[in-house]
Amino acid sequence: MKIMVPIKRVVDYNVKIRVKADGTGVDLNNVKMSMNPFDEIAVEEAIRLKEAGSATEIVAVSIGPQQAQETIRTALAMGADRGILIKTDTDAEPLTVAKLLKALCAEEKPGLVILGKQAIDNDCNQTGQMLAALLQWPQGTFASKLALSSGKLAVTREVDGGLQTVELNLPAIVTTDLRLNEPRYASLPNIMKAKKKPIDEKTPEALGIDTAPRLKTLKVVEPPKRQSGVKVKTVGELVDKLRNEVGII
Amino acid sequence: MSTAVDTRPVHDEAEDEQILDAIRKWLERDVKPHVLELEHKDEYPQKMVEQMMELGLFGASISADYGGLGLSATTYAKIVTTISEVWMSLTGIFNSHLIMAAAVQRFGTEEQKRKWLPKFATGEIRGGLALTEPDCGTDLQAIRTRAVRQGDHYVINGTKTWISNGIKGSCYALLVKTDPEAQPRHKGMSMFLAPKGPGFRVSRKLEKLGYKGIDSAELIFEDYKVPAENLIGGVEGRGFHNAVGGLELGRINVAARGVGIANAALKESVAYSQIRKTMGKPICQHQAIQLKLGDMATRCEAARLLVEQAARAYDKGERCDMEAGMAKLFASEAAVENSMEAMRIHGGYGYSKEFNIERYYRDAPLMCIGEGTNEMQRIIIARQLVERNPV
Repeated sequence: MKIMVPIKRVVDYNVKIRVKADGTGVDLNNVKMSMNPFDEIAVEEAIRLKEAGSATEIVAVSIGPQQAQETIRTALAMGADRGILIKTDTDAEPLTVAKLLKALCAEEKPGLVILGKQAIDNDCNQTGQMLAALLQWPQGTFASKLALSSGKLAVTREVDGGLQTVELNLPAIVTTDLRLNEPRYASLPNIMKAKKKPIDEKTPEALGIDTAPRLKTLKVVEPPKRQSGVKVKTVGELVDKLRNEVGII
Repeated sequence: MSTAVDTRPVHDEAEDEQILDAIRKWLERDVKPHVLELEHKDEYPQKMVEQMMELGLFGASISADYGGLGLSATTYAKIVTTISEVWMSLTGIFNSHLIMAAAVQRFGTEEQKRKWLPKFATGEIRGGLALTEPDCGTDLQAIRTRAVRQGDHYVINGTKTWISNGIKGSCYALLVKTDPEAQPRHKGMSMFLAPKGPGFRVSRKLEKLGYKGIDSAELIFEDYKVPAENLIGGVEGRGFHNAVGGLELGRINVAARGVGIANAALKESVAYSQIRKTMGKPICQHQAIQLKLGDMATRCEAARLLVEQAARAYDKGERCDMEAGMAKLFASEAAVENSMEAMRIHGGYGYSKEFNIERYYRDAPLMCIGEGTNEMQRIIIARQLVERNPV
């Protein structure tokens, strides 16, 4: 079975982002970029499935500028077999990404697509679900455990109120949650070997997908600074404030 | 015959970033949370050593032809700095090992390279350099450990001290006198690969001010037999050349450690000074603290650039004794000054064992002493200045 893992190049999670002075977006100048952490979990899970003998090939796919190739190299160093870069300088929206991935699935015919549940830059949490809908494949989102047997994939999902396990026929779409695994870091020898693994380049045009944005960003602002809290002396006072000032009980 | 081969690889910036990323992830997840405990117990970081083996660090500078990664000095220095920002001691575990490997790679016979380097590269055999003796360090030609040939082996007697990885390692590049009467003295010196065995014992672990976790030991050789085939290069009398041949890279490494400590002291000071308030505002808004931060940051950048300059010259195969000396001198003093300033900025917390600052303060002076004292570096720099600028 072939596993496709879409990965996104995002601002590193350690970076404290700053909004551009003109309010048009986030300042990306000299900002460290890395693989979206949820996508790292997706790559790790694919590698584990391959190590367990459940998969034969892992294809890492990224959609973005030329520099997204570096993110693909990281996936290759972790253990993916080859990469595909769909090159675009447009900030692709989730539906565009899902359409591009659908077109790629038609070419690659993976048995499983594992994605991060969301990217930490815009937190959309849409691409996996949209891809499943476009392909009309079953989906298991927010996965914290995967078990593959007899051609069926049991996905334990983290949902409000607990865990839910669904069984999917393959091919299927899975989106990863934080507790699915702890991704490995690439070893230095594997980083060197990854240089020799192939990365194909494609364009949205060649796949027949229009990447023009459907959304218009009007303004980007910093979230308001958190106000300091209030100490209450008694439970009665707390209840009174919640009822009469906040109005939530 | 010895074959002095310099395999100096091409340096690749994008690859550097990937390598450093992997190392930062390892440091963040598997090193940082355990440093304080291991440091204060002076406990050997066995698990981290295994992780360093998996990462491939024991083969970092060994040629790819012999199973290593063949990284450039520039890349290697960045790795050393990155790790030293978290726990300088760890760098000693693979650095000393790689200097031993470099002696074989640069001066060993082809047979020795094929036999030893692949095992050094995986970390299957780990060790270090055994040069210093109780009575001599900088004046290496005064060593007294003696090797006498008897048929197909040599018999070695003597004592070595301050040997990094002395307890946990299993093989050392051992500098001895094969002809104590030779004049000049260095012509009577030879270097052997000395695996642990009968007649080779560790007499004690040395207690130190800092540089905790790593096992610095005293080694005693009593009628220790080593096969003649372990004589590096296969010819007697080249030991001093073998030992000093790695000094430039060794000094770049120590300088890189200094940059790491200086950076760590700065980073923690910048963070702390924004949190700690006095007189109603964060201390970073007081000029007294700003003056310190300004100097500390400038020292870090200057030290880093000196290290990069020396490493680049080394990678190009250019003469770099003066450059390596300057990097080592400046970066080690930067580490000492920044750790002291960090302690002043942190006040009582800087003096507390619950924070990292006191560790930087204890670790930094080693950089001024090890790999040729800073006094020696000044002399090397001055002599080179004169030699390169004749009137």
